[in-house]
Amino acid sequence: MSTFLLEIVTPDRLVYSEQVNSITVRGIEGELGILPGHIPFVTPLQVAPVNVKIGSQVTPFAVQGGFVEVRKDKVVILAESAERPEEIDFERAEAAKERAETRLNAGRQDEVDHRRAELSLQRAMNRIKVSGGIKH
Amino acid sequence: MARGLRDIKRQIKSIQNTKQITKAMEMVAAAKLRRAQEKATSALPYSEKLKEVVGSIAAGTQGISHPMLEKREVKKTGYLVITSDRGLAGASNSNILRRVSTFLAERHQSKDEYSLFVIGRKGRDYFRRRELPIVEELTDLSDSPTYGDIKSIANAAVRQYELGQIDELYICYNLFLNALTQTPEVDQLLPMENIGEGASVSGHEYEPSPEAVLEALLPKYAETLIFSAMLNAKASELGAKMTAMGAATKNASKLIGELKLTYNRARQAAITQEISEIVAGADAQ
Repeated sequence: MSTFLLEIVTPDRLVYSEQVNSITVRGIEGELGILPGHIPFVTPLQVAPVNVKIGSQVTPFAVQGGFVEVRKDKVVILAESAERPEEIDFERAEAAKERAETRLNAGRQDEVDHRRAELSLQRAMNRIKVSGGIKH
Repeated sequence: MARGLRDIKRQIKSIQNTKQITKAMEMVAAAKLRRAQEKATSALPYSEKLKEVVGSIAAGTQGISHPMLEKREVKKTGYLVITSDRGLAGASNSNILRRVSTFLAERHQSKDEYSLFVIGRKGRDYFRRRELPIVEELTDLSDSPTYGDIKSIANAAVRQYELGQIDELYICYNLFLNALTQTPEVDQLLPMENIGEGASVSGHEYEPSPEAVLEALLPKYAETLIFSAMLNAKASELGAKMTAMGAATKNASKLIGELKLTYNRARQAAITQEISEIVAGADAQ
């Protein structure tokens, strides 16, 4: 099966660099699968798991925002943070989720706070989803 | 033993203690500096990639406009000043703070014309003492800061620009040249006027549109630039600290040498005197 090089880069480090068969990401416009030979392409990503497929094995990554760039020779995902399932601190994500939920339910109408809580809830859910894939 | 001798001995002891400390600090700074440099190198791919993509969109699309790329009339300027939390790093903090102060004095008549975003306790205390307008501050950073650590202040600065509360953003930090040399820099961050220059057009498809992608990426790019300045400033701080502590250790060694010489001379003099006293006593009998 043909493969392409996938790189996941964050400001702190190069998280991942492997030959893969395909990836599935959720762009701003919706879910999209990228196979080898995709046209050069750039789109921002939503906060959602990125599924990386090698052979029949699928590894999810908790990628927080950022964007994907498809080039002829490789695919690059740039995000502020990206974690493999085993790197995620499940308890911390749960705690962050609860914190964000209480803040949202508190119902204060400060727009900035609300937006921030929403984003942090999204991130926590994303992490839980990804780490849940191997834990449960 | 004469009183003078004991004093000198005590002094030597105390300088030796100081020397041990400065020596240890020098070595710690050297180790941390290496880590900080590694960190700065590992952050490069991200910022270069972002720059490449943003640059190619800006170069490849005609008539694109975004507030972050366009100069506008300046009513208020933001300055993001990066200093360290701790001292004992030679002149690095005072250099950058002096540079910023002269820059402010040259460009502005009153305090209302600018606002400050300060990273590091030294800078915060300095501006607070002078009662200058600090809008956001961040202290107690670790020696290897992560993107998450500085995100809030970077975000606040970029956001203020987007909301029009500031019309320019400058970033002030010590640029790391090598462990011995760091120069204070004041760079314009926003608006980014010539980002498309020198970038190659890539022929990518942008979804949903080049403008939307640019819209999403530019703030991120600005934050990334702030992060790399931060890493650079950290390396500078550690470099300066290493050099300063190295010099302190050397001075202590020199001082100890001098004191030892004085001590031995005094000891010699005391012995000679004692002998001549005994001889004189024996003669008198």
